[in-house]
Amino acid sequence: MNLAEGVQLVSLLLLSAMMLGAALGVVLLSNIVYSAFLLGGVFVSISGLYILLNAGFVAAAQVLIYVGAVNVLILFGIMLVNKQRDFTPIPNAWIGKLATGVVCLGLFALLGAMVLGTPWALSTEAAAGDAAIMLIGEHFFSDFLLPFELASILLLMALVGAIILARREFLPDEDLDQPADQVLTLPERPRELVSAGSTGNTADESGDR
Amino acid sequence: MQLEYFLLLAAALFCIGVYGLVTSRNVIRVLMSIELMLNAVNLNLMAFSNFLDPQGIKGQVFAVFVITIAAAEAAVGLAIVLSIYRNRDTVDMEQFNLLKW
Repeated sequence: MNLAEGVQLVSLLLLSAMMLGAALGVVLLSNIVYSAFLLGGVFVSISGLYILLNAGFVAAAQVLIYVGAVNVLILFGIMLVNKQRDFTPIPNAWIGKLATGVVCLGLFALLGAMVLGTPWALSTEAAAGDAAIMLIGEHFFSDFLLPFELASILLLMALVGAIILARREFLPDEDLDQPADQVLTLPERPRELVSAGSTGNTADESGDR
Repeated sequence: MQLEYFLLLAAALFCIGVYGLVTSRNVIRVLMSIELMLNAVNLNLMAFSNFLDPQGIKGQVFAVFVITIAAAEAAVGLAIVLSIYRNRDTVDMEQFNLLKW
């Protein structure tokens, strides 16, 4: 990173303030659509932090995958699931929230004490910088080859599993009566067939559909 | 000293994620909190990669793997949420008592 020290510090402060504010908004806001958009803000700020850490490739991957894929997926999920109805309030819910807040603050204090108390073996070598892309590629195809291939298999499994889980299952009554030949097909909403006997406009209309 | 800044930042993000994971009642917000926690872990990995291992950068490789797994997790999680929503007609965590005794 060939920025001046002060510029780095100021951008670190700005990005961390953006990130923490947006993350608190994700958790605390009551409207879930605002939360989803603020989640995109968190991802973009983290991508900026990666650039501060000399990792341009992972920053680009972060923007592409998280903002472009995961956040859009979450927005579509909200759109499909959103119900404008408030949850029924639970009595004494604030006790749980208070206890969780205390536990989280304690966890943060523990992690902070560990971080500040450990003597880190800081390296004095120069950072790889833009050569990082080639280094990552070499890692992928030499010592991390097996995890790389396993990740591709995992992505395929997740793709198939998500399609199977989310497809609309619909069992019409007549399918239950027909055995044998239809058993092996997955249940699905039947397509509307154009009836052979009808002529003229009706056939055209159903064909247009 | 810069390494500690990043580690503290990641710890704060992780704690916010844990708070959201436990307290939110909307399933989709729970998924978002999980994404926050995964990002905190990624930030840790990148900070270690830059400050402790600047020539090997194994941390960046790990972060790419974590991003991949997180994308797969989000897809499957949202599919499960859609399926549950179709069966139970709600996204309230308090009413998903299928596995509770």
